[in-house]
Amino acid sequence: MTVALLAVLLVPALGAGVLALFPVRLDRTARLIGTIFAVVTLVPIVALPFAHGHSPSVNPLAVRPWAEFDVSWVPALHLDFHLGVDGVSYPLVALTGLLTALCCAYTVWKVPGGGSGRTLVALLLVLEVGILGTFLALDLVLFFLFFEVVLLPMYAVIAGWGGDDRRRAARKFVLYALFGSVLLLLGVVTVTVAAGTGDLTQLIGGDGLSRSTQYAAFTLFAIAFAVKAPLWPLHTWLPDAHTQAPTVGSVILAGVLLKMGTYGLIRVGVGVAPLGAEWAAPVLGILAAAAIIAGSLICLRQTELKRLIAYSSVGHMGFVLLGIATLTVTGLQAALLGNVAHGLITGLLFFLAGAIKDRAHTGELADLGGLRETAPRLAGVFGFAAIASLGLPGLAGFWGEAFAVVAAVERGGGLWVTLAAVASIGGALTAAYFLRLLRKVTQGPAVGAAVTPTIAGAEWLAWSPLIVLTLLVGLVPGLVLTEALR
Amino acid sequence: MRAQAVDQLALLPLYAAAGTAVLVLLADLLVGRRAVTIGTLAAGGLATVICAIVTGDRTGTFCDPNGSACSWVPSPLAATAAVVFAALTVGVLALSVPSLRLGTAPAGEFCFLLAASMTGGVVVGYAGDLITLIVGLETLTLPLYLLVGLRRFAPGERVTTSAAAASVTFFLISVISTAVALLGAALNYAATGALHFDRLIPGAGLTAPVADVGVGLLVIGLAFKVAAVPLHAWAPPTYDGAPLPVAAYLSTASKLGGVLALAAIVTRLDAAVLTAVLAILTMTVGNLVALRQTRMVRLLAWSSIAQAGYILAPLALGADGVEAAAAYAVFFVVLEFIAFAVVVALRPAGADGGDLASYRGAGRRSPWLGAALVLSLAGLAGLPPGLAGLFAKVTIVEALVDHGQTWLAVIVALNAVIALAYYLRVAALLYATPQQVGIPVADPTLLEAAMHPRRPVTRPVAAALITAVAVAVALGFAPQLLFDALSRAS
Repeated sequence: MTVALLAVLLVPALGAGVLALFPVRLDRTARLIGTIFAVVTLVPIVALPFAHGHSPSVNPLAVRPWAEFDVSWVPALHLDFHLGVDGVSYPLVALTGLLTALCCAYTVWKVPGGGSGRTLVALLLVLEVGILGTFLALDLVLFFLFFEVVLLPMYAVIAGWGGDDRRRAARKFVLYALFGSVLLLLGVVTVTVAAGTGDLTQLIGGDGLSRSTQYAAFTLFAIAFAVKAPLWPLHTWLPDAHTQAPTVGSVILAGVLLKMGTYGLIRVGVGVAPLGAEWAAPVLGILAAAAIIAGSLICLRQTELKRLIAYSSVGHMGFVLLGIATLTVTGLQAALLGNVAHGLITGLLFFLAGAIKDRAHTGELADLGGLRETAPRLAGVFGFAAIASLGLPGLAGFWGEAFAVVAAVERGGGLWVTLAAVASIGGALTAAYFLRLLRKVTQGPAVGAAVTPTIAGAEWLAWSPLIVLTLLVGLVPGLVLTEALR
Repeated sequence: MRAQAVDQLALLPLYAAAGTAVLVLLADLLVGRRAVTIGTLAAGGLATVICAIVTGDRTGTFCDPNGSACSWVPSPLAATAAVVFAALTVGVLALSVPSLRLGTAPAGEFCFLLAASMTGGVVVGYAGDLITLIVGLETLTLPLYLLVGLRRFAPGERVTTSAAAASVTFFLISVISTAVALLGAALNYAATGALHFDRLIPGAGLTAPVADVGVGLLVIGLAFKVAAVPLHAWAPPTYDGAPLPVAAYLSTASKLGGVLALAAIVTRLDAAVLTAVLAILTMTVGNLVALRQTRMVRLLAWSSIAQAGYILAPLALGADGVEAAAAYAVFFVVLEFIAFAVVVALRPAGADGGDLASYRGAGRRSPWLGAALVLSLAGLAGLPPGLAGLFAKVTIVEALVDHGQTWLAVIVALNAVIALAYYLRVAALLYATPQQVGIPVADPTLLEAAMHPRRPVTRPVAAALITAVAVAVALGFAPQLLFDALSRAS
């Protein structure tokens, strides 16, 4: 299984290298080859769960890798090339592989204006390497290294293929992200210096770290991951980046890039500095609840389609962070589920928003309307995605959000019950703004230019796996949980 | 008193470097062919690299009779520094070939001065006492005054005095800084009676203030050489006025010399507060001013000032930080050299760095050069794809946190965010679409191509660039090689 583990990173890296050497003339061929590499990456990803065995452990957060690869890389910096996959990281690994493959396939069909499709696909593959590496890393310094790999490619995707105001949005994204990542660096170094190792399998549980080190480390980690996730009030880069990014950029950004923040908080923040997490949990919980309410209220006032979906991410990630903040097993499971569900649903929503914007040439809600009449199928899929996102039971969005609230109530005490109540109000507001969105976009009389109702094969190809999985995860949430945290 | 035995093998790198200078002079005098002169210097530089590696780590020589303090001390750090100096000299020579062919500078003189400067660099690395150190440093800088101003103009060419002005600025500042450093050394000697590094001790008793002032002046004098703020004002105009390859040498080799000299002082004498203050000022001011630059070389100059700040930060730890500072300096030198090499490759032979605007779209026209510049700028900002820069950043932060200077690490980290803003500006400009012209044009891309004909990259420049990129990539994947080279047996 070690081979599969390495192949997960090497195949997309190799793909990006091949594309970089490809002649400029053969743009379409290059995109196809890139997509083949992205699809081939799925093979080792599918193979990975077969390695998984049962090895019970006392600490629910302990890493029990199904497959591992460990060689020393830079001893001077406590850096080992240590990869591994377990129940916490696997769902996100699978999600990343899937979304990247879908985005590459989508790019074969349609290249957003601004640059060559070959470069875009190559950048998507590099992003995939960085994101997968982050999820697979079992060494703290290696985790940081992969965390940084994604910064510049994502900047390039937004700045190269984005909308009119792309440069400012991309710059804002990358400066925010680097700010978060230097704090992560400080946290990582604090921990590795104090513990003398960067090995996550040893570090998790906080053994050997003093209370004050854990407090300092958790503070740094929490802010670093809060920028990435993003947690209100550090979210302001997100709407701009999403609005300006091309469709595939938005899908990757919302679908998996944000998950690096929440995954990092679970694995590194809570895992390495449990005392710090315990200490900071109330603050984190309050901010998460505030994010849910703030995200929903802002969404109610949005007039632009992609901006609205972007802000809805702030609310959804608020639920995920609330789940983490409870520090209960239920809460962490809710966070994992919420992560995957948000990746599937918001990925789909951004694909659909891109499709609508391509057809109507506008994203202003005032200029959209009557999609149900002009393009019934598109409106149907859009309605499905919106309803899944507002958390209808039976679809993927429900479990994460409901159980985050349940976990907060379980945790007990005045504060957490209040937070649970606030979060449920936020959930109701989520329903309100999604229904408002549906009313504006799909219902009512048709306005603006005529919208082509036909949906291209490539679009169905990109959407259908997400639709199916949204339904599947909604009906069988145990799929995502495997044995993680049980 | 018996005669001392001199370990000739330990002096091998110096013989190689100084011999190169003499050979270059003779080659120019006797043969007088440009290719021969250049070839001699290149071969001599490579020989110096080999000699430094062969010599490696030995006991010192030119010791005092009882063998305790030596003036010539081979160490892993010294060997690495000599290798880097010699490699940089060969690299800068390769970058100069196009302008030497054009005749903007007399090849013989240029090569001799460069070889002399390399000799000084080698001496700085191996120096074991303050006199040797300052003599080495002066041998390193003295030829540079001439190199900065060494510019001939073709008959029809517009004559500018910017190179001469840069040369005079550099000369005046350097002379003053050397005087300050010498005064510092003298005061310290007066108070403690020590010149050899092994014997440097903090002042005690009545003369303690004199010794302290001596150390302060010594650090300040050497800080001029690394262009630390507030002693930096000479650097941007000098870099900008100098021929591009010489500017590359100034911002890499010359800076490395200053860093080594400072490292030698702060290892033995306590100058932590002064160094920390210099580091913070240098990185912050360097980064903030770089944000506003519109000329390529000035931007690189300010960025290299900021980078000097990152190197100074671990030196504030004293002996514990020297390895981190040296590692960072090597990473920095490689990346900075790549940046200058790309600028040389993108500009016409003998031209200056030009405005940033003239690099618009350069990455689209020459993808490989663009990629190399992005690699180097991202590395200088401490980000992948070049892992070298990332490891450099981690090394510094780890050293600072490890020795309890977390606040300094926080400042370094925040500065990295500021720095990204201007590195990104240049990188984005390389891939920007052509600017709208006032008049309607059928095909702006075609017009752009016509206005910016693709210049073939001269072979030596390409070779230097490829080697430097290969080194950067190799260091990115195996940084442990560098850490081992710096810490072997020490």
